[in-house]
Amino acid sequence: MPALEELEGVYNEAKADEEFHRELDYYFREYGGRPTPLYFAERLSEVCGARIYLKREDLNHTGAHKLNNCLGQVLLARRMGKPRLIAETGAGQHGVATATVGALFGLETVVYMGVEDIRRQALNCFCMQLLGATVQPVESGKGTLKDALNEAIRDWMTNVEHTHYLLGSVCGPHPYPTIVRDFQSIIGKEVRQQCLEKEGRLPDKLVACVGGGSNAIGIFHPFIEEEGVELIGVEAAGRGLHTGEHSAPLNAGSFGVLHGSASYILQDQDGQIRNAHSVAAGLDYPGVGPEHAYLCDTGRARYDSVTDEQALQAFRRLSELEGLIPALESAHAVAWALEMAGQFEAHEIVVINLSGRGDKDAAEVKAFL
Amino acid sequence: MNSVQQAFAANRATGRGTLIIYITAGDPDLAATVDIVATLAQSAADIVEVGIPYSDPLADGPTIQAASQRALEHGATVQGVFDCVAKIRQRTQIPLVIMTCFNPILQYGPEAFAEEATRVGVDGVLASDLPPSESDQWCAVAAEHGLATVFLVAPTTPDERIGEVVERTTGFVYAVSRPGVTGAQDELPADLAESVARIRQATDLPVAVGFGISTPEQVAAVCRIADGAIVGSAVVNMIASVQDDDSLLEQVGQFVSGLAAATGR
Repeated sequence: MPALEELEGVYNEAKADEEFHRELDYYFREYGGRPTPLYFAERLSEVCGARIYLKREDLNHTGAHKLNNCLGQVLLARRMGKPRLIAETGAGQHGVATATVGALFGLETVVYMGVEDIRRQALNCFCMQLLGATVQPVESGKGTLKDALNEAIRDWMTNVEHTHYLLGSVCGPHPYPTIVRDFQSIIGKEVRQQCLEKEGRLPDKLVACVGGGSNAIGIFHPFIEEEGVELIGVEAAGRGLHTGEHSAPLNAGSFGVLHGSASYILQDQDGQIRNAHSVAAGLDYPGVGPEHAYLCDTGRARYDSVTDEQALQAFRRLSELEGLIPALESAHAVAWALEMAGQFEAHEIVVINLSGRGDKDAAEVKAFL
Repeated sequence: MNSVQQAFAANRATGRGTLIIYITAGDPDLAATVDIVATLAQSAADIVEVGIPYSDPLADGPTIQAASQRALEHGATVQGVFDCVAKIRQRTQIPLVIMTCFNPILQYGPEAFAEEATRVGVDGVLASDLPPSESDQWCAVAAEHGLATVFLVAPTTPDERIGEVVERTTGFVYAVSRPGVTGAQDELPADLAESVARIRQATDLPVAVGFGISTPEQVAAVCRIADGAIVGSAVVNMIASVQDDDSLLEQVGQFVSGLAAATGR
């Protein structure tokens, strides 16, 4: 708790400090390669019957949007003088991004990763080690993201004085959902400017996959006041919402407390957390960021879901249509647009957040296709 | 004065520390839990913390995590734990404090949870992951039903937050011996006396120390500086390692008697 207050204090100071923003902008631009392009996907547009743009977070250094938050938080860790970083990871994208900033600033880095995810994301696991991080396997539970988060929290409670917990999504205790959202909202800020330049107006729809929900909140946030812009989050329906084997708490969960925030979660009637399932390791989480719960309850954003099967089809389809291999997580957002094909207005501008690249998933997908 | 505070007061009067034993309810099963708690009472434990097993016990180390998992696999539910407490009450009046994460309380319904807890004979509740600053509603419900409240204070807890804890505590203050999760340790932290003294400055409530305490020597050392010692993982380990029921009760009884003998000042 005191560590959360310390983090909030340091973050509020940094937010008000121009030097902090200059430094963050510098690393975003020179190290991360921002701004990422807003790419007009011509063939996908033809298939879907709308003007479809892809926000190319897959071109961000480390191949996903995760670096945005890691650069922001590592600068906070430096301000707090903490020499050690810990993180949880599911797909390994957040783990790789954390290991990357750990290497960049010479900080000891430990990444907690479930044993099942280590199996299905072997490439990212190797990359983290190459970057000098220790990958700590987590065997408890089902060996996926939730269990990695549990273990990271336990480490933090034990080593809090010299360790910064670099939480990777908009979940967990306050102030994490706020901090991660703010660092990720660079995505939406760029989309806003780029769309105005290319189309002379704001988009009609923004589409993003939602696990914990950081890439979605990052693209949504700068548009929340723009009522004409429809916000669509896509949860992982896994083997189907009716099977109970999914990662879709907004569609099929209930109100509860997990990892220090109150939101929608997957649980039984005793409040025991149920295991989530998704073919995409980064979506395989039984909770969702509390701000998504709020946007869902108020109706400002709408949350649909697509199955493993639909995501796998989209993974292949986007590769064939645009020469872009999406992360399995991002493939959920693409799948939503493909499912909607023919139901858009022809002039509609739809921006899909291509939150990450799919190299990490190629081996796993090969087994399915 | 509630029965939790009475236990401390009675020991204080005779110059002893209060021995609190934690067990995970339902490990190995709920019927065994009834026998184990009765044995703890016979072996001179003063208060028993009955843990509701949870899928994601964030404050617990490997020992209690594994116990929770076993209990859940063997069918323990929140209602099952309440029914178990009702059976315990037919055998002993030892003060019982339920330890749980907050989500099971939330899903049961805080009002209904407190009502049922009181009905079956629970004396207090420790919701381990409920921050004191977010607990006013729960504290009001607990007070209404006469349940004592217990909160954790870590060595890293700042003074103003200790103030928030003691304002809301009606049972005892649970002083966490060191930063981190539950689990037996070889040595007590050097700054323990200082941590306890800091809490004492803020309150006259009883202060009991837990996390990492597993031997009679450690219990004796803790009871010299605090009002009580809490032993959990050491007993849970014993329950996990002994398969045969009769010898389990005998061993737990002997172990806890040994701890209880170390509480004299």
